[in-house]
Amino acid sequence: MTQLVLFVIFGAITLAAAIAVVTARNLFHAVLWLLLAFFGVAGLYVLLEAPFFAAAQLFIYMGAIGVLIIYALMLTRGVMRQQVPLVNDQWALVAVLAVALLAVLSWLFLQHTWPTVDQAVGPDSLRTLGEALVDPGRYGFPFEVASVLLVMALIGAVTIVRER
Amino acid sequence: MLEQFTFVGFLFLVALFLGLFMFGVPWLLRLRPRKSSSYKSDPYECGLRPHGEAWVQFKAQYYIFALVFLVFDVEAVFLFPWALAYHHLAFYAVLEGVIFILLLTAALIYVWRKGALEWM
Repeated sequence: MTQLVLFVIFGAITLAAAIAVVTARNLFHAVLWLLLAFFGVAGLYVLLEAPFFAAAQLFIYMGAIGVLIIYALMLTRGVMRQQVPLVNDQWALVAVLAVALLAVLSWLFLQHTWPTVDQAVGPDSLRTLGEALVDPGRYGFPFEVASVLLVMALIGAVTIVRER
Repeated sequence: MLEQFTFVGFLFLVALFLGLFMFGVPWLLRLRPRKSSSYKSDPYECGLRPHGEAWVQFKAQYYIFALVFLVFDVEAVFLFPWALAYHHLAFYAVLEGVIFILLLTAALIYVWRKGALEWM
C-alpha cells in the first residue's frame, strides 16, 4: 500500500515535471523542471529496490548532467532569457509522428510479456554487479570500453574549446 | 528495503519544509520595506551596487570543468561496485579496475597539460 502511494507520488512528479519541461517558455526553467523529472525517476528506482541506480541517477543525472546542461545554456547568447515560442511551422507533422511513436510504444508495451522473478533482490546484489563488471566473460570488455569513451569525451571537449 | 529509506524520506520532508518555510514566513508576515526604492530591491552583493546583467554569455572554457566533473562522477559510479567486490576478486579483476582508473588519469593529465584547467 505504501509502495503504491509512493509510486503514484513519484510517477506524478516525473510526469508533471516532464510536461513542464516541454511547455516551459523559458529554456532555463525547462532545465530546472528536467532536474525535477530526474529526481522523480530516482524515486522510482528506490521503489524498484535498486538503491544503487537511484544514487547513480542523483549523482550523474541531477548532479553532473544537470550542471552540464546549465553550462551549455550559459554558453548561448541570450537564448535562455527569451520567451521562446513552443511550436514552429512543422508542429502538425511532429504531432502525427509523436502519436505514431506513442502507438508503436503502447503496442510493444502491451504485447510484451514482462518476466518476473520469484526471489527478492539479495543484500549483496551490488557486490555481484561489481564482480560481473570486471569478469572478462561478462562485462569486463564493456567496462574498459566505457573508460575509453570517457577519455574520448574529455579529449573531444578540450579540442573544441581550444579551437576558439 | 523501503524501510531503510524512511530516513531519506524524512530528510526530504525536512528539506522541503525548510524551503517552504523560508519563502512562506516573509510572505505570511508580509515582510517588505515600508518605502520601496530601487536600492532596496537590488540583489545584495556585499553592499556594492551590482552593475550589468547577470544573464551574460559565459566562456566555453567553463564547459570543460562541467565535463571533467561529469566524467569523474561516472567513474565513481563505475568503481563503487568494483570496490565493494574488491575482497572477492581475482588479481586480474583488480587490475582491470586499475587500468580503468589509469586511463582516466591519463585523460586528466592530458586536459591539465593542455591548460584547460587554468582559471581564465
